[in-house]
Amino acid sequence: MAAAAVFADDAFIPLSDSGAIPLRDIVPWAIFGLLLAMIALYFVSTEQGAYAFFDGMYVHEFVHDGRHLLGFPCH
Amino acid sequence: MTRDLLIRGMIAGIVAAFIVTMFARLVAEPQVDLAIAFEASRDQAAHRHAGHAMAMPAAPEPELVSRDTQKGVGLLTATALYGAAVGGIFSLVFAVIYGRVGTLGPRSLSLLMAIGAFIAIALVPAIKYPATPPAVGQHETVVFRTLTYFAMIALSVVAMVLAIKVGRAFANKAGPFNAMLIAAGAYVAIVIAVQFALPAINEVPADFPAVVLWRFRIASLGVQAILWVVIGIGFGATADRVLRKRLSSR
Repeated sequence: MAAAAVFADDAFIPLSDSGAIPLRDIVPWAIFGLLLAMIALYFVSTEQGAYAFFDGMYVHEFVHDGRHLLGFPCH
Repeated sequence: MTRDLLIRGMIAGIVAAFIVTMFARLVAEPQVDLAIAFEASRDQAAHRHAGHAMAMPAAPEPELVSRDTQKGVGLLTATALYGAAVGGIFSLVFAVIYGRVGTLGPRSLSLLMAIGAFIAIALVPAIKYPATPPAVGQHETVVFRTLTYFAMIALSVVAMVLAIKVGRAFANKAGPFNAMLIAAGAYVAIVIAVQFALPAINEVPADFPAVVLWRFRIASLGVQAILWVVIGIGFGATADRVLRKRLSSR
C-alpha cells in the first residue's frame, strides 16, 4: 500500500500487520455503540411524532426545538 | 482499541452539541419564535372566524414544556443525544475504514469522513426535504414525512458507499484523480435519480413569511455543518493520540 500522506504532519499510523484495526476488536463495540445510538436517535427524532411508546407529548415538546433544527419532521 | 475510539467519538459529539446549541440559540431560535408567533396569530384568526368574535378571546393552550425549557435544556438535551449518537457511529465507521480504505492519516480521514457525512446525511437530504419550522407541516402526514425523510437519508448514504466503491474500482485504470471524479459523478447521478423518484412534499402555508423559512433552513444547515466539522476535527485529534499510544506500546 502506498503510504502517501496528504499532509506531512498527519501520516498514516499502522496498527497491526495489515495496518487496520482487527474486526474481532470492532464487532462487539459496534453492536453496543449502534444499539445505544439508535435508542438516542429514536427519542430525538421520532418518539411522540411518527411513533409513540409513551402516552402524552412530553418527550416531543421537550426535544421540540432540537428536532426541528436537526431537520426531522416534528409535527 | 475500538472502545477507546467509541468513547472519544461520543465525547466529540457532545462537545459539538454544546457549540451547536450556542449557535442555534443565537441564529436559529429567533426564527423559531417568529414561526411560533405566526402559528399563534393564525390559530387566533381561525378562532375568530369560527364565530367566537364576541366571546372571550381564545386562551392559548397551556404549555406542557415552557418555551424557555425548549430553547434551553430541551435543545441542549436533544443536540447532546444526537451528537453522542452520531459521534459514536462515526467513530465505529472510522475504526472499520481506517487502514482498509486507503492510508490517510487519522486526522485527515476523520475530517474527510465528517465532510462526507455532512453531505450524505444533512445537505443532500435537506435539498429534497428541507427542515421545517413550527407552523409548517400537517399533523396527519408526520408518519409519511418521517418515512420519506429517513428513506432519503438511507439512500443517500448507500449512494455514497456505492460511489466510493465505484471510484476504487476505477483507481488503477483511470488514476486516482479521475477515479475521484467518477465517484463524485456516480454519487450525484444516483442522488438525482433518488430525489426525482421520491414523493414531493410541500406543506408550507401560502402566507408563511419566506424570509423566516429561508433563515430557519439556513440555520438548520449551519447546525449540521458545525456539528459535523467539530466532530471531524475533535475526534480526529483525540483518535490521533489513541493511535500513537497504541503504536508506541506495540
